[in-house]
Amino acid sequence: MGYTVTEKILLAHSDADHVEPGQVVMVRCDVVLANDVTGPLAFRQMEKMGASEVFDPAKIVMVADHFAPAKDERSAILIKRLKEWSLAHGVVFYDQGRGGIEHTLLVQEGLVLPGSVIVGGDSHTCTHGAMGAFSSGLGSTDIAYCLAFGEFWQVVPGTIQVTVSGEKGRFVTGKDVILAVIAQIGAGGGTGNVLEFVGAGAQALSIDERLAVSNLAVEAGSDTGIFPADEKTAAYLDGRTDKSWEPVHSDPDASYSRKLAIDLDRTGPLVAKPYNPENVVSVSEVAGTPIHQVVVGNCSNGTMTDLRQAAEMVKGKRVHERTRMIVVPATQKIYREAIAEGLIDILVEAGASVSTPTCGPCFGGHTGALAPGENSLATINRNFKGRSGSPDACVYLGNAFVAAAAAVAGEIIDPAEVVP
Amino acid sequence: MIATGKAVVVPGTNVDTDILYPGIYLNIDDPELMKPYLFEGLDPSLRDQLVGDTVLVVSENFGMGSSREHVPLAMKASGVRCVVGSSFARIFYRNCINLALPAISCPQAAEAAKAGSEISVDAAAGTVTVDGREFSAAPVPPFMLEMLERGGLIPWAQHKLARS
Ligand code: SF4
Repeated sequence: MGYTVTEKILLAHSDADHVEPGQVVMVRCDVVLANDVTGPLAFRQMEKMGASEVFDPAKIVMVADHFAPAKDERSAILIKRLKEWSLAHGVVFYDQGRGGIEHTLLVQEGLVLPGSVIVGGDSHTCTHGAMGAFSSGLGSTDIAYCLAFGEFWQVVPGTIQVTVSGEKGRFVTGKDVILAVIAQIGAGGGTGNVLEFVGAGAQALSIDERLAVSNLAVEAGSDTGIFPADEKTAAYLDGRTDKSWEPVHSDPDASYSRKLAIDLDRTGPLVAKPYNPENVVSVSEVAGTPIHQVVVGNCSNGTMTDLRQAAEMVKGKRVHERTRMIVVPATQKIYREAIAEGLIDILVEAGASVSTPTCGPCFGGHTGALAPGENSLATINRNFKGRSGSPDACVYLGNAFVAAAAAVAGEIIDPAEVVP
Repeated sequence: MIATGKAVVVPGTNVDTDILYPGIYLNIDDPELMKPYLFEGLDPSLRDQLVGDTVLVVSENFGMGSSREHVPLAMKASGVRCVVGSSFARIFYRNCINLALPAISCPQAAEAAKAGSEISVDAAAGTVTVDGREFSAAPVPPFMLEMLERGGLIPWAQHKLARS
């Protein structure tokens, strides 16, 4: 029996001589990531373990993004601790103004290679599966162990094969692909499994769009969402890394726990209603819902592709008087590129507030929280109760076209009605 | 490993870690200081039931969402000795095991338990007793059992360091 891409990667990173779903193996990591929330907690746990050295400083990355720029003294202390610890251990530290949101940042910097293993103290570490890596979120105690020993325990997951066919419509993006998957299997439907994306429709997605797809794999309960590396992956890595890598693909006789099909010819722009990402409907089903805040940004949809889509929708128009629009380029590099391309000017002219890269408005931490009774349409990944501020607010998830269209209309609307 | 306590029932399926511990309190890194925010987005009054040793009774896909270890850390600091439910989200489950907080899948026991029920869980034997009625739980894989018996990933790491 052959192996899936995930099984091959785990096998190559463990001492096991074969792997199968359900087996527990110790897996070696190529990159260990943490942020200002999970890093300091991991350092505490590492101290309790009695470990004073890290396994390999060159394989560790720390990013200040959740409470950066520090919203208060307590947040400032966490970021200071992250920085001092990184300096003391010779580990790369991305401070505000130098990096951005961790997942978009690591991919952009060429730190994620196909076939590698990335773990992060953040559930959306699954984003890196877009590059053909096995990447997964862990808690801080797990991360402490990874920092000290460079390995973690892992239950070998099964694989759900998602075949994407057809062609995307004008306002359909990667976000809709993953929302369609979550709609099919539910918020817990991927537990104990990875999602593997194959087919012409998957290969046609750009790296930016693949990031959005993999990013929400955890919203289906999956360990990760993986795109086996192809020419697009190779082209993206060209000039970003000097390291060599080999694409990893599933064997033709690999076994899958389930197979799904997404037909893009039959998929329109989608929206996930509160308070669960599995509450997926078409835009028309919720059209007319008043929207008080729009957020374009975060680790799933803060790329150049998303900023271009948002700018296209608002160009020459005004953000509706009922609505605030917040745009968060995911990294400093994207921010600069968007300035150079004139996108930021278009957005600001329309009345959007453009923020420095930060997680703030995504997790309700700061800079963009919702009041009771307010509705938000955001390109983020979670619409849980209280996710972005008041538990009596509502968050709808959608792609950047849908979000920016809502900003102009002040309500959920089919993007085709805003830009015919 | 045997855990006992009074049942505290957390209602609902797909209970996510954001409502169990909202993001705004993530800049706290001392478990004692996390306690006042556990269940904050769901039902803060649940905290009043956390007196003495308790066992949380939950439903399906409990703990979905974020990797925030604040949730099981605050639970442990508040006297929660075990979580019994139908099913658990992956990262929440891992965090529990790493902190030696047994998360046991036993839908029948979760169904039978009421607030205040006396619960006893024997992870190795795979049984959950609710007010004297015994139910068999899904077996805990040997690796996770060993992690629980050793007291979690911290003692596990200490042991590894001592050997090297
Ligand atoms: S942008 Fe949102 S989802 Fe992404 S890492 Fe930050 S808080 Fe998490």
